[in-house]
Amino acid sequence: MTHWIIAPIILPAIMAPFIILAARYHLGIQRVFSVVGVLAIIAIAAGLAWQASDGTVILYQLGDWAAPFGIVIVGDRLSTLMVLLTSILALFVLLYAIGSDWDTRGRHFHALYQFQLMGIMGAFLTGDLFNLFVFFEVLLIASYGLMIHSGGDARLRAGVQYVLFNLIGSTLFLFALGAIYAETGTLNMADLAQRVQLIDETATVGIRVAAVLLLLVFAIKAAVVPLHFWLPSSYAEAPGPVAALFAIMTKVGAYAIIRVYTMIFPPDLAVTHGLQSHWLLWAALLSLLVGAFGVLAARKLDRLVAFSVIGSMGMVMVAISLFTPESIAAALYYIVHSTLAGAALFLIVDLVRTGRANLVLNAQAPVSGAALTAAVFFVAAIAMAGLPPLSGFIGKLMVLSAAYENANMAWVWAIILMSSLFIIVGFARAGSVVFWKAQSEQPAEDDAPLQMPTTLSYVAVAGLLSLLVVYTVFAGQAHRYMIATSAQLFSPEPYIETVVGTPGKLSEYDDEKEDH
Amino acid sequence: MEFLVASAIGLLTAAGIYLLLRLRTFPVILGISLLTYAVNVFLFASGRLQVGAPPILQDGVSTYTDPLPQALVLTAIVISFGMTAVVVMIALGAYLGSDDDHVDDPVDTSNTAKEEPK
Repeated sequence: MTHWIIAPIILPAIMAPFIILAARYHLGIQRVFSVVGVLAIIAIAAGLAWQASDGTVILYQLGDWAAPFGIVIVGDRLSTLMVLLTSILALFVLLYAIGSDWDTRGRHFHALYQFQLMGIMGAFLTGDLFNLFVFFEVLLIASYGLMIHSGGDARLRAGVQYVLFNLIGSTLFLFALGAIYAETGTLNMADLAQRVQLIDETATVGIRVAAVLLLLVFAIKAAVVPLHFWLPSSYAEAPGPVAALFAIMTKVGAYAIIRVYTMIFPPDLAVTHGLQSHWLLWAALLSLLVGAFGVLAARKLDRLVAFSVIGSMGMVMVAISLFTPESIAAALYYIVHSTLAGAALFLIVDLVRTGRANLVLNAQAPVSGAALTAAVFFVAAIAMAGLPPLSGFIGKLMVLSAAYENANMAWVWAIILMSSLFIIVGFARAGSVVFWKAQSEQPAEDDAPLQMPTTLSYVAVAGLLSLLVVYTVFAGQAHRYMIATSAQLFSPEPYIETVVGTPGKLSEYDDEKEDH
Repeated sequence: MEFLVASAIGLLTAAGIYLLLRLRTFPVILGISLLTYAVNVFLFASGRLQVGAPPILQDGVSTYTDPLPQALVLTAIVISFGMTAVVVMIALGAYLGSDDDHVDDPVDTSNTAKEEPK
């Protein structure tokens, strides 16, 4: 049993207290350790993804306790992919936070950042539902701190909404866990997958309630309409780099839905039949529409990007709710794309904020560094809106082709294509107002000259965008990998066999008694 | 006993949800506290209600109570306690900063004001 699989959780968990305790007053040391920590996680995550890429399920039993009794950390293709994506995103966002001096505008940015990473990595890697709850709380409590980093009234107010909404979500999660435990007597995902199959068809009330509650909790995380209300103001008010890191947080919800509803409650399970196709699909289509209308209606650039994130989550959820191997592969491709594109857009919004009086979408004097900022905004907006030639277009094509066989194909195609049009119009309008019309405005004389964003900020944004380009160029290879990942998800027997079948330490009461 | 526990959970949940739907932060935080109490009792009951049964393996005992929900409840209590403290601090900061403790978004007048013709 190798210990590397737990390193993405342990490493930030060690780094964060070290930064608080030893490097509290030394920003330089904090930055160095934070970046080195993230680089190390990238290396480890790449190794784990390589190891899992041939279909191996990496299992780590904490304390060597055997599966249903102890907590297990499991890495398959999907988990290691998400861990790798998170760590790469974390590097660029961290570089931006350093380059734009966001980490100096409040205390403990780097420590909270590391705790945030720990929670996200843990949520992706754990094989136990209660442990998933604990890691959700770790990532949430770090995100509360990051969200209100550097303070301000509007930010604190949005922070209260964000925290309250997530506390309600956590309570729902606990209700769901209690119901699942009462019905099955286990919370280990692989063990649950086996036991849910055995439930008598005449007594399914409890498990059905639990399945729906669990879906609600993950839908809150994934910001599926009508549970999306926390997202626009908290993402818009959060500091730029924090909002960019939060781009992965909605994907934690999507990941949890994929994991739980392929393994524990698969689509062909009689007990929860229809949950995905009847309910989730329509909610996802509604999210797409709400996101598109939000992009059109937004009066500020940060709200516009927040609504485009809701729209892209809607797209991911449409693909997920079709629940065929092909559509899950499309969803996974789109998840990686939308994480990178969403993060880049939030960083660009922060670039605009640096060089402009405010983010209201009206004609104002040109932002400082306008040419470069406009160029990166153009690229990121193309990616987010799903126009060719970038990966958003390819992802959208995959979702459309996966929906072709579906009974509701007409609705799915109509709403996806219509919302794409709205999002394109919204971004085009925003870009032309902020960057183009600005050329005809005179700068107000009484304003102090606004500073130009630093080079490192642009490097971070350009890094994310070039990753998108690479992801587009290698779309074929990426798509084949996503197909393999989705095939692994739809035949979970090796996963379950590895988790439940691997021997470990057991409590052997009778033997000990004989020894005495 | 089952009826008592079930109705207690139901009552706490109902009161918690009622308070959650209020407009100001203080009742909402109280509502969340009530909900977490309800969920703690619920989790505790998810291992079936047993009176006077030991949770640990012992000689000559055949009925046990399930120890796992108790461990889960302990975790849930600690987390909800910490989270409530955090939300109280943030809500207090927001209230002191803007002199307003509504949980909804304020009416945004800044956009229209700045769109006046130059």
